[in-house]
Amino acid sequence: MSEVQEAIPLEAARRRSPPAVEVHELRKEFRRRDSKRRRGKRTRVALDGVSFAIARGETVAILGQNGSGKSTLVRLLSTLLLPDGGSAQVLGHDVVSDGRAVRRLVNRVSVEASFFKKMSSAENLSYAARYYGMTAGETRDKIPALLERVGFPPDRRDEPMENLSRGMQQKVALARALLTSPVVLLLDEPTTGLDPRSKLEVQEFIREIRTTHDSTILLCTHDLNEAESLAERVGILDRGRLLALEPADDLKRRYGAATLEEAFFAATGREFEAEGDEDDDREVFA
Amino acid sequence: MRAVFGTMRAELVGAGGVVERNVYLTKRYIWWDLAWFIWTVANTLTIVFIAKGIEATGGELDVNEVMTSLLIGAVIWAYLGVLFEFLMETVAWERWEGTIEYTFMAPLSRAMHLAGQGIFAIAYGLLRAVFLFTVCALFFDLSMPDANFLAAFVVLVVSSISFLGIGVMTSVLPLISPEKGTQLGFVAQGTLLVVSGIYYPVDVLPQWMQWIATISPATYALEGAREAILEGAGMSEMWDEIGPLLLIGAVTIPLGLWVFHRGELYAKKHGKLKRSG
Repeated sequence: MSEVQEAIPLEAARRRSPPAVEVHELRKEFRRRDSKRRRGKRTRVALDGVSFAIARGETVAILGQNGSGKSTLVRLLSTLLLPDGGSAQVLGHDVVSDGRAVRRLVNRVSVEASFFKKMSSAENLSYAARYYGMTAGETRDKIPALLERVGFPPDRRDEPMENLSRGMQQKVALARALLTSPVVLLLDEPTTGLDPRSKLEVQEFIREIRTTHDSTILLCTHDLNEAESLAERVGILDRGRLLALEPADDLKRRYGAATLEEAFFAATGREFEAEGDEDDDREVFA
Repeated sequence: MRAVFGTMRAELVGAGGVVERNVYLTKRYIWWDLAWFIWTVANTLTIVFIAKGIEATGGELDVNEVMTSLLIGAVIWAYLGVLFEFLMETVAWERWEGTIEYTFMAPLSRAMHLAGQGIFAIAYGLLRAVFLFTVCALFFDLSMPDANFLAAFVVLVVSSISFLGIGVMTSVLPLISPEKGTQLGFVAQGTLLVVSGIYYPVDVLPQWMQWIATISPATYALEGAREAILEGAGMSEMWDEIGPLLLIGAVTIPLGLWVFHRGELYAKKHGKLKRSG
């Protein structure tokens, strides 16, 4: 590395490098058979021209109700879906044309922990690490260390996943995501359905990742407090459209709101917890 | 060059990961696998008993030879069943467990992912086939004085390459239809064997089926295994079977990968690459 490059402060280098995530006019629609019509299909727009960028090391939360398009966004960035329009890039790599490079850079934690339930946590993490090219020698010490870091009891490492609580499983899911040292960590409602104590533990661990890892985090959540306390910027995604994305305080100021919930109501015209039939229907599609 | 070797190493480690996962699962489900093996033994015995039944009703046949021939057919049917089932599970089981999204978003190439699944399926299927053959042969006290078991084993290994290609094509079906895709895989297995002389010579089939038999790898696998076990044919005498098997494999493997790739694109386009389909 040259002396000039060494002299560039980390923040400046980050500003010069491409954004960790860059999404431009991203669109995704789903077509499903319409049970009300004998022939023909219904089309639902899950994401409608969404654009934003996330800088390296930044944590961004996307707030939205069921069916707002949060999971569709995460799945597009994970290369599990093909967009119908627009583009998405991770560190300059396009999710469609350079999917393999993107897959090396991202990992995720979703609302359901998703493991082979008869296998133990150590076994689940072990085979998953191989998919990222990590040998047994590389994971022998790393897996126990990571499980310990997320607060997983060492004496339960060999127990089948099906014997573990939801909170415990979600901790293993976090360990799995971190095992591959992702540059971008996609968290899709990681605390939904957890008991209060597990929820706080998982949130605390996300906070720790922010300070100890050079990871960029996209957190999609239902939880307004979680978004406000963990993210530097908060976005409002409503029925596939990103209505705003800025620091929580700016968001509240913009909508003249005292709380994020009020800001959400002002932006969408709907109560945060109020979900209609259309939202349920959209959730099925997305 | 270093980057290329690095990628190759990561791919091999990834394929090893698929094998490792299947080893863990087999360990966890070992008693279920044993129960299933007993069912396969029972099923095979019922088929082999047909020869004894024909003899008992006055039919003239070399019972030992016909029983051995039927046993070979039943063992290859069971082997193919295991192979196809493992490949179908590439998608079906992962969807059921909910791990499908994590597997498909990993940087492992699909070819090596499927290769890992295929390698384990072949190893497990061959081991099971050897046990099945041994148990049934001992049960009937079959006499195979000229048998060349090594040659028969080699033919089965070579035929696995072609079967793998066809299995990969069928494994995409649960991706397209989560509800009925798996059953369609059994249709492919049954169709493949009915035209290949599973329990009878191919000559007895209608002409159009005989034509299809010439492009079915199972035809050559069955012929090769029977020649080796019944007539003691060695490797050098079996190029009529091994040659076509290699040729069919050279076509079915890339074709299978292409079909799977198209299926994966379809699933990504229509949002079917998720646990609920």
